[in-house]
Amino acid sequence: MTGVVVVADSLDEALDAAARHPEAVLLQGGTDVMVEVNIHHRRPVSYVALRRVAELRRWHVDEGARTVTIGAGVPYGDMEREPLRSLVPALAEAARTVGSPQIRAAGSLGGNLGTCSPAGDGLPVLSALDAIVHLRSLDGTRDVSIHEFMKGVKRNDRRPGEIIVSVTLPLVDGWQGYAKVGVRNAMVIAAASACLVVDRRPASGAATARVALGAVGPTVIRCREAEAWLAGATDLRAGAVSADVAKEFGRRVGLEARPIDDHRSTAEYRRHAVSVLAERLLRRAGAAS
Amino acid sequence: MTYSLRINGEDRAVQDATISESLLFVLRERLGLPGTKGACEQGECGSCTVVMDGEAVCSCLVLAAGAVGADIRTVESISPPGEYNAVQEAFITEGGVQCGFCTPGLVVAVQHLLDRTHDPSDLEIKEAISGNICRCTGYGRVFAAVRAARDARRAGAS
Repeated sequence: MTGVVVVADSLDEALDAAARHPEAVLLQGGTDVMVEVNIHHRRPVSYVALRRVAELRRWHVDEGARTVTIGAGVPYGDMEREPLRSLVPALAEAARTVGSPQIRAAGSLGGNLGTCSPAGDGLPVLSALDAIVHLRSLDGTRDVSIHEFMKGVKRNDRRPGEIIVSVTLPLVDGWQGYAKVGVRNAMVIAAASACLVVDRRPASGAATARVALGAVGPTVIRCREAEAWLAGATDLRAGAVSADVAKEFGRRVGLEARPIDDHRSTAEYRRHAVSVLAERLLRRAGAAS
Repeated sequence: MTYSLRINGEDRAVQDATISESLLFVLRERLGLPGTKGACEQGECGSCTVVMDGEAVCSCLVLAAGAVGADIRTVESISPPGEYNAVQEAFITEGGVQCGFCTPGLVVAVQHLLDRTHDPSDLEIKEAISGNICRCTGYGRVFAAVRAARDARRAGAS
């Protein structure tokens, strides 16, 4: 079978190519796929290159719904800079930790979601913000909660012929941040990561905190038990969070991690690391409110 | 497969290529442009940095056949053969070149920074070269070279 490379110039062209070549790898920035190709771990038969699809490289704010929708091909470099940086600060912080400037000029949320590595830096942010993933195929569109989209280690809910088009995130009134541990400060894949979002004015009820962890389970983990505990333990609108509450929150977050030993770190260290990250994020949230 | 890439302002035919070749491989092995270096082939070291559609990227992670239609600039476009531009001169005079393997990638990254940032701060310089690994210099002389290039331009502009 002879492979093809389709360099799509529009979303319609990309959807048509994805339908005609369901075996093809959808290539956004290439920063995941080409690593595997270069070391011969993967030999794609065909590719649909999405780099030139302008529809995937746009983002827009819906003021009425208080959301931002970010195209699957928008590079991380755009997320770490204004105006997206102020709209979704945790995403900006996560984007800034992705690889090098060269990687951030190419890598995107579409690629992060398509690869669906538990260490993908954008994914804990999408989880903590309850993102909606928008997919499209020739058959129509499908909107999937991030929690249902991420299935496991490098497994997701995308169906053959579908293209990840964009994600929608809420514009949250409250503090949000991302923190990550690796072997060094720059150019590193997460050994453990965490995103905390404090929503001071949710659609219903009192202020809530949402926390999601990366690289400590088969996919990103939302710590709903720690979130529920925190809601009862402190008033998130009251400002500073006590040291005891922050520490206990970190401990409880660590209990919800499901880390493993691998070439990047140990399970024990990862559980400890996410506890410390969650504690620090909550302290930062308290200090900022 | 056969396709055409736009490299340094010229359309270059790539013939009899296999499907998954990286832009780095095609530049060096098919188009006779060995200035771009290959080391890690995982996007870690930056020695293969080129500018594609105005962004500095790792050519090892660009699917060459997927780069059709892109404007690609390699280190060979920085200055004519036998001549050096201000960034290259600064690397030489400041001792920013030792073994030289990382130098083309660094020169492309630094030129890209100076092209889009008029007067970069020290932090901006450090961030701009954070994706280019040098195992010889310890970065001190590289950093001095970038500052020298920046300061020379600042002096020339005033």
